[in-house]
Amino acid sequence: MIRLLRIELYKIFHRPRTYISFAITAAIAFVIQLAMLADGKSFVGFALQGVSEQFDIKGNVLNGYLITYLILQTLLIHIPLLVALVAGDALAGEANIGTLRLLLTKPVTRPQLVLIKFTASVVYAMLLLLWLAVVALGLSVLLFGTGDMISLKSDAFVMLLKDDVLWRYFAAFAFAGLAMMCVASLALLLSVFADNSIGPIISTMGIIIVLTIFSTLQLPIFDTISPYLFTTHMIGWKGFFDSPVPYTSITHSAVILLIYTFAFVATAIIVFNKKDIQS
Amino acid sequence: MSTIAEVTALSKYFGKTPAVKDLSFSIQEGDIYGFLGENGAGKSTTIRMLLGLIYPSAGEVYIKGSLFNNRQRQLLQHIGAIIERPDMYGYLSGWDNLRILASMSRKGIPDSRLYEVLEIVGLRGREKDKVKAYSQGMKQRLGIAIALVHSPDLLILDEPTNGLDPQGIAEMRNLILQLSKEHGKTILISSHLLYEIEQVATRILIIHKGKKMVEGSAAELLNPDETLVEVQMAQPDDIINKISGTQWLPFVSSLQSDRIIFKMHPEHIPELNKWLVNNGALVQDLHSKHSLEAYFLSLTNDTPAAHRAI
Repeated sequence: MIRLLRIELYKIFHRPRTYISFAITAAIAFVIQLAMLADGKSFVGFALQGVSEQFDIKGNVLNGYLITYLILQTLLIHIPLLVALVAGDALAGEANIGTLRLLLTKPVTRPQLVLIKFTASVVYAMLLLLWLAVVALGLSVLLFGTGDMISLKSDAFVMLLKDDVLWRYFAAFAFAGLAMMCVASLALLLSVFADNSIGPIISTMGIIIVLTIFSTLQLPIFDTISPYLFTTHMIGWKGFFDSPVPYTSITHSAVILLIYTFAFVATAIIVFNKKDIQS
Repeated sequence: MSTIAEVTALSKYFGKTPAVKDLSFSIQEGDIYGFLGENGAGKSTTIRMLLGLIYPSAGEVYIKGSLFNNRQRQLLQHIGAIIERPDMYGYLSGWDNLRILASMSRKGIPDSRLYEVLEIVGLRGREKDKVKAYSQGMKQRLGIAIALVHSPDLLILDEPTNGLDPQGIAEMRNLILQLSKEHGKTILISSHLLYEIEQVATRILIIHKGKKMVEGSAAELLNPDETLVEVQMAQPDDIINKISGTQWLPFVSSLQSDRIIFKMHPEHIPELNKWLVNNGALVQDLHSKHSLEAYFLSLTNDTPAAHRAI
C-alpha cells in the first residue's frame, strides 16, 4: 500500500495544476492581509461599534489571530472546492485520460485502488491546510503581531487571551482536516460514477452549497434535518474559539464527519468494485 | 505446449444488447493469436473480460489453469496489456510512466530492466521526454514497454496499430514478431484488419457480432491452395467451353455471367493468365484474394481495398 500511495502522490504532485490550489489559497490570504494592513482599523471599528460603548477595548485588537480567523471564514467554500478538484479527479480523471484501464490491468485490487486514491486525496487536503496555516496564521502573526483575540459572533463576542489562542488554531486546523477528509470522500464517491472530472467536482460543490444553505438557514423546515447533515458539522472548528470550548458538541460533530467519511468511502468501494470499466 | 489462457462460453450483455455470445477459445504457449473482427464485433469487450475490466454475464476465463475471478491479482502478474489506445500520463516523462507502472506490476524491478524494454521497443534515448510530446507510434511503443516490463507470459495487444502510419504499422508488426521469436512471448493481438493479422498470427479467431465464426491455425486458414482467382472477361462462354478437358477445370470454383472464379495456389496465376490470353479470352480484370479474406469480407461487407490499404 505504501508503494502504491507513493506512486499516487508522485502523480498528484508532478501535475502542475495541483499547485494552482496552493497559489489560490495564498492569494486569498495575501489579499485579506493587504486589505487589513490598509484599512483594518476601520473594519475593527465597524465590527465592534455595537460593543465599544459598553466596553473599553484596549491593546492590539487588529492582530494576526483575528486576521487568521477572518481568512478562515472566507475560505469555508474555497478549501472544499480545492479539495474536490483533486479528489473528484481521482478516478474520473484517470477514466478521462484512459489510464484507469491501464491501472486495473496491474495486480492491484479495486478496493485497494479506491483506498489509495482516498488516502492520497486526504494527504493533499492536509498539506493544503498546512499551507493555509502557514500563509494565514504564520504570515498574519508576522505582519500584525499577536494579542488578545476577539472572536466575533452574530449576537456576542468572545475575548480570548493572547496565550490561550495558538492551541485553539492547531485544534481548529485538525478539525478542519476531518471536515476536508469528508469532502474528499464525497468527491471520490462521485468520481466513481463519472468518466470526466468536471462532473464530480461540480457535483461535490453543488451538494456542499445546497446542504450548507439547509444547515445555516434558520427555518423550522430545515431544523429537523440540519443536525444530520455533514455540512452542519463541517464548521465545528469554530467551537474552539468559544469560551468555554464546547467539547461535547465538537466531539459529536467529529463523529458525524467520520461516519459520513466511512459511508462515502465504503459506497465508493462497493460501486467501483461492481463497475464495468469501459473508458 | 500448455494452455496459457482459456475462455469458456463467455457472454456479455449490456442491458439486453449482446456484445459477446457464448465465446470459447484457448491460447497456447508460444502462440501469436490473431483475434479478428470488424469494429464493434466484441473484440475489446472480450479482451476487457480477459483482464477483469468488464464482468462477464456468463462464462469463465482461465489464466494458466486458474479461474481468473478467484486469483485476479496474482494472475494479472502474468499478463501485460495495451487496450485500444496507449493512454498514459502526458505530463510525465516516458521514463516516469514506465517506472510508475512497472512498480505497480511488481516490486523491485531494477532500472536495468526498464532500459532493456526501452531498448526492445526502440525508445532508448527518448525516455526523458514528456509523453505529451510523443508521436502516436512512440506512445504505442511505450505502451508495449509498459506491458513487457514485468516479464509477463501473455501479452494482450488490442488494436496495436490503430492510428499508426504505414511505416509505424510495419515497425509494430516487426516488433510483435520479434517479441514472439526472440523473447518467447505468447501474444494475443486483436485487429479489424485481416492483412495485419495474417502477417503475424500463428492461430486466428474471427468473431462477428460477438459470436465465434471460425478458428484455426493460420496454416489451415491461410492455405495458399485456397486462394480465389477472379477473372473478369468479355464473352466468357467461349473460354468456359475451352476449359473443359484442360488442367484448369479442377480449379474452377464458380462461373458467373461475366467472370470465372478459380481456387488455386497463386503460383499458377501467370500460367493461367497466359493460357487465357492464348485462347482468345478478352481479360478485363484478374485479381486474387484469399478465401479467408473473402469470407471475412462477406462478414464485414467491407471492400478489399480497405483491407489492402497497407
